[in-house]
Amino acid sequence: MTAPGSPAPASAAPAPDKLLEVRDLKVHFNLPRRKPFAPAPKVHAVDGVTFDTARGETLGLVGESGSGKTTTALAVMRLAPVTEGSIALNGEEIVPLTGEALRRQRRHMQIIFQDPYSSLNPRLRAGEIVRAPLDQLDVGDRDSRDDRVAELFRLVGLRPEQQALFPHQFSGGQRQRIGVARALATQPDLIVCDEPVSALDVAIQAQILNLLRRLQEEFGLTYLFISHDLGVVQYMCDDIAVMYLGQVVEHADRVSLFREPLHPYTNALLSAVPSADPVLRDRASRIRLVGDPPSPIDPPPGCRFASRCPFAEARCRAEEPALRSIGGHRVRCHLVTDDGVPPHRAGASA
Amino acid sequence: MTAPTPAVPAEEPVVIEVERPWREAWRMFRRNTAAVAGLVTLSLIVLVTVLGPFVYPVDPFAPTGPLLLPPGEQGFLLGTDQQGRDLVVGLLYGSQSTLMVGAAAAAITITIGILFGALAGFYRGWIEEVLMRITEFFQVLPPLLLAMVVVLLFSPSIYSISIAIGVVSWTSTARLVRAEFLRLRELDFVKAERAIGARNARIIWTIILPNAAPPLIVSAALSVGVAILFEAGLAFLQLSDPNVMSWGYLISVNRPQILEAWWPVTFPGLAIFITVLSVSLIGDGLNDAFNPKLRQR
Repeated sequence: MTAPGSPAPASAAPAPDKLLEVRDLKVHFNLPRRKPFAPAPKVHAVDGVTFDTARGETLGLVGESGSGKTTTALAVMRLAPVTEGSIALNGEEIVPLTGEALRRQRRHMQIIFQDPYSSLNPRLRAGEIVRAPLDQLDVGDRDSRDDRVAELFRLVGLRPEQQALFPHQFSGGQRQRIGVARALATQPDLIVCDEPVSALDVAIQAQILNLLRRLQEEFGLTYLFISHDLGVVQYMCDDIAVMYLGQVVEHADRVSLFREPLHPYTNALLSAVPSADPVLRDRASRIRLVGDPPSPIDPPPGCRFASRCPFAEARCRAEEPALRSIGGHRVRCHLVTDDGVPPHRAGASA
Repeated sequence: MTAPTPAVPAEEPVVIEVERPWREAWRMFRRNTAAVAGLVTLSLIVLVTVLGPFVYPVDPFAPTGPLLLPPGEQGFLLGTDQQGRDLVVGLLYGSQSTLMVGAAAAAITITIGILFGALAGFYRGWIEEVLMRITEFFQVLPPLLLAMVVVLLFSPSIYSISIAIGVVSWTSTARLVRAEFLRLRELDFVKAERAIGARNARIIWTIILPNAAPPLIVSAALSVGVAILFEAGLAFLQLSDPNVMSWGYLISVNRPQILEAWWPVTFPGLAIFITVLSVSLIGDGLNDAFNPKLRQR
């Protein structure tokens, strides 16, 4: 695979090649105005999200419902309108692209949806669904497409004869395999997985996750993996970004995020995971968050998490924390000290 | 990309043969006795309409017997009208105009409705605003009056009548199609089409529209019935093609003598009633066939 990435400095150690670079991404939706001539209220669905994904790795985006993780994924796919910010794929800026230029770029990025029932057109045969990206984006010549579709069916664990069937003739797991085959068809670099297993039975989830991992190894795929299931994220992801109300509050590699979460929200999230690991289990008793996140329509000033944070101070409610780099983590919290002591550990270490 | 991967399906292979949606709809339709009766009746009417003029090639306007002869007398099965025309011939030839106008007007209704509804529902924004304001404009006009104006603008012919009926009755189809597009455009398989680089034309016409077909087919069937009634109504107001026999025309010219002779008005009326009823029964049957869940109330 050739990688026309940004020119790396020759002297530095080979930094991991960035496939996807998202900078200060904002997706705001206008609501109908309540009074004539009043400014229309805006939903700040994604409000300044920044992250990188290294080629061949998996970045997990986790967060509760309404945290903006799916909107972020759709914006990266240019399926949700980007209000502001930049998204670079393979070093090429894709936010300003429209029309044909955007169509050409779509070959390199594909998406797997959450619901295997609504993501396949009920009126097309499975083979036509998997073939469509090749036809639409004009990949390969006509004859080779038949072979390619058959190969894709085998790759995802379906039989090529099943091409003639309609989506409703498959089970949920099989339908998700068709979705994976469709995403894989154009040999993209990036595959956005929007909660690809959360609609499936637990037994089938593992099969699809293993399929995704096998395909990643085989083709060097990069995944942007959206999930609210921390167990799934821990299994799949190299890096994890935790989102809260449209912002990334903490971003770290899997091991250090699970071992020492810095942000109080991450800490609360992890404490909610039932674990068989005694180290994790003993570490913290379950932290219960009270209340709901504030409305994304008019986010409060200051830290978005302040209203539910057990450690919040006056400063948290007044001043919005920046995303700071602290010992391999990037965290958006005033209370984490510069040497990486999170507020929930402050008492213990003192 | 030819790495060896296990070709064994990880899950149970498909063994259950599930019916295709259309075949299932047909099976549901057949279960509805009334709808099947409607279909049989309408097929008979169409058959008679197509074959009639070959079997019985006469001028339907030419008087062939005494005036206002009651049914059954002198070999006139249904009697004659106030100009001495055989009512059997009148009904036979009149169905042509009725069915043609019904079908053509419904086709125009559906075409305009799809165009407005699809573009408004797909593009939203100012396109939707403009198209829906136009739709509302047509909705608030009294349909019969508007149709009369359109027919009178051109001379009454089956073309101008079909166009007039189509022009006044497309609005509900447009709203239906728009609603379907608004629902379908948010589904993931439509997003997936964008993701694979499909152009808008493909998404509108080959992805969303076929999925909006079931309610549209029902609406089309019902609009045929409405168009037939409309045609009869216009003919009753003397707005019919003077060169083409029609049921509404027969009712219209024989109306003054209704107290002395009931048959020249009643038989064409019955013919309209039976035709519209069978079309409506088919429409209801299609509705049940495509929405089987709604039946289980």
